[in-house]
Amino acid sequence: MAVEYLGLAEINGSFVILEGVEGVAFEEAVTFKVGDKIKQGQVVMIYADRAVIQVFEGTEEFSLDNTNTKFLGKPMEIRLSSELLGRVFDGIGRPIDGLPPVFAERVADINGKPINPVSRVYPRDFIQTGISAIDGLTTLIRGQKLPIFTGNGLPNDKLAAQIVNQASLGEGRSEKFVIVFAAMGIKHDAAEFFKGTFEENGVMDKVVIFLNLAGDPVMERIITPKAALTVSEYLAYEKNMHVLTILTDMTAYAEALREISSAKGEIPGRKGYPGYLYSELASIYERAGIVKEGGGSHTLLPILTMPNDDITHPIPDLTGYITEGQIVLDRSLHLKGIYPPISILPSLSRLMKDGVGEGYTRGDHPDLAYQLFSSYARVNDIRALATVIGEEELSEIDKKYMKFGRAFEERFLNQGVFENRQITETLKLGWEILRELPESELDRVSDEHLRKYYS
Amino acid sequence: MSGTISGVNGSVITVKDYRSFVMGEMVNVGTENLIGEVIRIDIDKTLIQVFENTAGLKCGETIKPTGKPLAITLGPGIIGNIFDGILRPLKAIEDQSGIFISRGINTSSIDMDKKWFVKIMAVKGFYITEGAVIGEVSENETIIHKIMLPVGISGKIISVKDSGEYSAKDILAVIEDSSGTRHEITLAQRWSIRVPRPILARKSIHKPLITGQRVLDTMFPIAKGGAAAVPGGFGTGKTMTQHQLAKWSDADIIVYIGCGERGNEMTGALEEFSALIDPRSGRPLMERTVLIANTSNMPVAAREASIYTGITIAEYYRDMGYDVALMADSTSRWAEALRELSGRLEELPAEEGFPAYLTSRLASFYERAGCVRNLNETEGSVTIIGAVSPQGGDFSEPVTGNTKRFVKAFWALDKNLAYGRHFPAINWLTSYSEYLDDLALWYAEYVSKDFLENREQLMKILNQEAELMEIVKLIGADVLPDNQKLILEIGKLIRIGFAQQNAYHLLDTYTNFEKQFKMVETILYLYKKSKSLVDKNIPISIILQEHIFVEILSVKYNISNEEAYKIDEFKVQIDEFYIKILKEAA
Repeated sequence: MAVEYLGLAEINGSFVILEGVEGVAFEEAVTFKVGDKIKQGQVVMIYADRAVIQVFEGTEEFSLDNTNTKFLGKPMEIRLSSELLGRVFDGIGRPIDGLPPVFAERVADINGKPINPVSRVYPRDFIQTGISAIDGLTTLIRGQKLPIFTGNGLPNDKLAAQIVNQASLGEGRSEKFVIVFAAMGIKHDAAEFFKGTFEENGVMDKVVIFLNLAGDPVMERIITPKAALTVSEYLAYEKNMHVLTILTDMTAYAEALREISSAKGEIPGRKGYPGYLYSELASIYERAGIVKEGGGSHTLLPILTMPNDDITHPIPDLTGYITEGQIVLDRSLHLKGIYPPISILPSLSRLMKDGVGEGYTRGDHPDLAYQLFSSYARVNDIRALATVIGEEELSEIDKKYMKFGRAFEERFLNQGVFENRQITETLKLGWEILRELPESELDRVSDEHLRKYYS
Repeated sequence: MSGTISGVNGSVITVKDYRSFVMGEMVNVGTENLIGEVIRIDIDKTLIQVFENTAGLKCGETIKPTGKPLAITLGPGIIGNIFDGILRPLKAIEDQSGIFISRGINTSSIDMDKKWFVKIMAVKGFYITEGAVIGEVSENETIIHKIMLPVGISGKIISVKDSGEYSAKDILAVIEDSSGTRHEITLAQRWSIRVPRPILARKSIHKPLITGQRVLDTMFPIAKGGAAAVPGGFGTGKTMTQHQLAKWSDADIIVYIGCGERGNEMTGALEEFSALIDPRSGRPLMERTVLIANTSNMPVAAREASIYTGITIAEYYRDMGYDVALMADSTSRWAEALRELSGRLEELPAEEGFPAYLTSRLASFYERAGCVRNLNETEGSVTIIGAVSPQGGDFSEPVTGNTKRFVKAFWALDKNLAYGRHFPAINWLTSYSEYLDDLALWYAEYVSKDFLENREQLMKILNQEAELMEIVKLIGADVLPDNQKLILEIGKLIRIGFAQQNAYHLLDTYTNFEKQFKMVETILYLYKKSKSLVDKNIPISIILQEHIFVEILSVKYNISNEEAYKIDEFKVQIDEFYIKILKEAA
């Protein structure tokens, strides 16, 4: 039941305080009427008859007596329906594509609920992205949450778009992904780039878009991923679709959270971020997965910018502890002209071990990947030595490693934006590059695979 | 009598109008009866932490005291199950609320209606004391569950049932204590999770927890009843290490706490442990395992409690005379839960926002490990292995630093090893174990009297290798003298051939002590012989051409645990290789 109040007791930044309220629930949704404008908010703290409410679109034009506050008696909700596909919404789920509101099959609390671990199905299905660095070394699995750690100016958007365009379940499989795209605090042109790619590929009717751009209200930003993920969950777990969700940029989301926390006067943790940043990020990332009922899946591909390329910054750090691996982009590779500039050593796919190899991709895949990782790690040590004593002075074997390193970057990592490599092609390429090294250096591959693929 | 909610801030709620709450008391909050615990009583208000999502709670909703502390029900049916942080079975939650976890679900940790065959051992008229075993239940094919007299109850057996089928609701025996009070004994008993279960005495630590992981067993062992920490940044393999321990260590019972970790990992553990066969019992591993899952998106207060729930279960089975190993993955999430709640209570923060009592909480958790004489005179142990997830992989942060003070084995996971996919990525230079001395007698009796000396040599070579690598980084390996090049080669052999272990390789995933010892012996013998060749001025390049190096490198993959004796044959080969090279040189 909705209750209305006239006037406010206090306005503080994007928070307002009401006094003398009754029966207000924690995290209840609120609407404000200021003149002829309607704004939305959410209760963030209640104490006796006082309620602290966060206003999503800012408190401009609010005064202590011109505001009409309506408590909606329910949490923040979003309308769900299969008709969401092809639509564009703002950061809190209002249509901005000029079409009428969605006819709701049902409404759902955007905060969602934790998936019961016993109701989950462990993800094992390989997704072919057509990108060698990912398919070969940090394999994406259906139902996985695998973020892209990037830096300012790196081609993360291109990479994400390429993944979206090429992602398939391998040769001869036609099941396509439905895409939920949520933009938080990204620039207008980045959003346009994504929309452009979706249109070029003719998949607009398979995409749901939520846009909170850099200029849009910051407070809405903390709602955007939750609204989007509620839609993803609905499509994946109720409508049995294969959903790929892209959230960009998680750093903007975390910064919004910090802004709100500091406005609330909370005790800050590392770098001013609130102590509950981990829990908040987890409540977003953990919504990916596969559940027992239905045949759908929810794969999550968040993009986050590492401030100053620092992977130990709280946002990438906490993210890495929650997600099932990470794909790390590297500036020096980018400067060398390598695309995609994926730094494979810190990159990882935790679910890869159960989704590659015999019966999934090919028997030699795990060994080959381990060998490439291990040999390329050695290349880095040798390069460090070469900068001290010069490449000429390196031992014969070290020189071979240098050559291997270059071949790996230029031929294996490097590929075109529209180049879609089959997994067999990626594996073949991997073996070709390993041939730069003598057999005695390959200590991670079994004799059987050596005979079959190396010699 | 009950109170009403006068404020909600995240998982903490305030009550003003009811003053008779007891610290640590369990309460029921709101119309949905959410479970909460009293955590602070001020002059004008009481603060309660709620173990479930608080969205939608309103001022004025009632809070009902229960008069009991936060306690869990212990009894047969716990083994083989998966629970949330306050011991509610996740399967029962699924039955009630589907794939998503709703709130306010009231379910008992064990099935109170299930009938068990109870073999009664108590005799009417006898006097028995707390902890005494009055009967036994086969909990599954592997575990005999002992029905013990609850702590605090001693006296004369007034009546006792015959052996037969009983549920946890049936009274098995009645005990009359010295004051004349009668106590009814059932299959189940309750215990407050924050209180350690009492024991008669602690025993000195004297046997290792055998893990089958070479870098642990040989290099940095942990004892039964000991405590170890596994710190490491993300992607260094904390969870993998914990899973390997849960699968292979020779404890009778494993309690695995997924504290604030990934949902898929818990699902994976459940699937895998159900499918894997325990080599010792020939039964599924899950039959000796209890899983506690508070995934990172479940309520934070229950995360704080999950650690205590786990250790209480471990102590309960220890009291029956079992060796229990507890894995907590990760204690950092627990510490962060403390921090988050402390922030909501507006307490003054100490280091990095963590509350000042972090140290004492960590201490009291790790102190619950131990090798003990139980109240019923059996011997049992609880071993704790806690994963730590340091912020930014920096080991100087408060959780790692403080944990180090209370554990005697420290397995430092190394980012660079993990990048090169060297697993387990346990760094042999920064890790340590203080249990070696405690275990010296055991090694001498069950492995070999040479064990510790060999280990020392092994570590010495690795240390020398590390020092030489510093030089190599500056000027390259070519300029080193041959005896130092040999150290590098043997170092590599130890790193790749011994320390590195492939968890997915059928033979390599578990190595018994015999094979471990023989592997070390062989490597050291090869070193000794090669060194004597180098000392005779035979160029290292000639020595390294020999195939024996490659063969010893792959002993781990080629020789099974059962055939470990075959490793001795390498000594003969090494002798042949020695003589051959000597001849050629002459």
